[in-house]
Amino acid sequence: MRELSLHLLDIAENSVNAKAGNVEILVSEDTRTDRLRMTIQDDGEGMDAETVARVTDPFVTSRTTRKVGLGLPFLKMAAESCNGYLTVQSQKGVGTRVEVEFQLSHIDRMPLGDLTGTILSLVIGFPQVHWTFTYRGNDHEFIFDDRLIKAELDGVSLCEPEVLKYLRETISTGIQACQPVNHTSDLSS
Amino acid sequence: MPTIKNLDDLKRIREEALEKRKLKTASGNVQVVVGMGTCGIAAGARETMKAILDTIEKENLSGITVTQTGCIGLCEREPIVMVTVGEEPKVTYGKVTPEVARRILKDHVGAGKIVEDHKIAM
Repeated sequence: MRELSLHLLDIAENSVNAKAGNVEILVSEDTRTDRLRMTIQDDGEGMDAETVARVTDPFVTSRTTRKVGLGLPFLKMAAESCNGYLTVQSQKGVGTRVEVEFQLSHIDRMPLGDLTGTILSLVIGFPQVHWTFTYRGNDHEFIFDDRLIKAELDGVSLCEPEVLKYLRETISTGIQACQPVNHTSDLSS
Repeated sequence: MPTIKNLDDLKRIREEALEKRKLKTASGNVQVVVGMGTCGIAAGARETMKAILDTIEKENLSGITVTQTGCIGLCEREPIVMVTVGEEPKVTYGKVTPEVARRILKDHVGAGKIVEDHKIAM
């Protein structure tokens, strides 16, 4: 995968598969500390300590359709090659938190890519989940909480053309407004 | 909460959508499911999803539900898209690039013609 936002989509998918009702995503770019951080926190089934310890091994997966799970191992490897790390904290019955950090300016760091596309995919694709997305660029913060929008729509599908337009514009302008000015990322809408 | 620019916008959107729903005849609902496991994402499923959503927005297509699913065990044929129109049986498509996705919306969803060259026999 060539974009961090694609990894984000992939990891968030794990939360949905763990039957999470609430998933909180944070993406933070800080040019002063030169760090890029992403966290994905859910209230899904969680894992026991033994599974957590093995979860970044490519030959561990809870899925039954195939025997290898490459999502977390890929991302861990990418982070570690950019002065970063990936940690997984989890508790059975409570939920899971994945945290990954990169050196923002590292030459090998993947671009964030189409963050709006990722968030839109998740919000539209899993309407039963309550999604909270925070983008932080230095001291500027954009929070997108889909609960407010769903309440206002009152049963109207998120896939209606006007709703899609509204969501896409809200997320993309929200992120753009908070991006650090001296850092040229490549977020497209 | 700085999240919603203008709640009135959403209210208006909802009312218009409800109005449209009333006008719609019994053409039946359309379900589109995009496979988004690690395999699907690596094969470009997000761009496929994006092409579907963009087309819905640009062509103003109402009544289509787009959702996601994980890996269904056909990783080598990702991106996979499943389409169900009304009461008709589900059709599974493989190697759905954004271009193929637009064809599926136009020919299958729009005109009832299955895109045979990308159909997977299940």
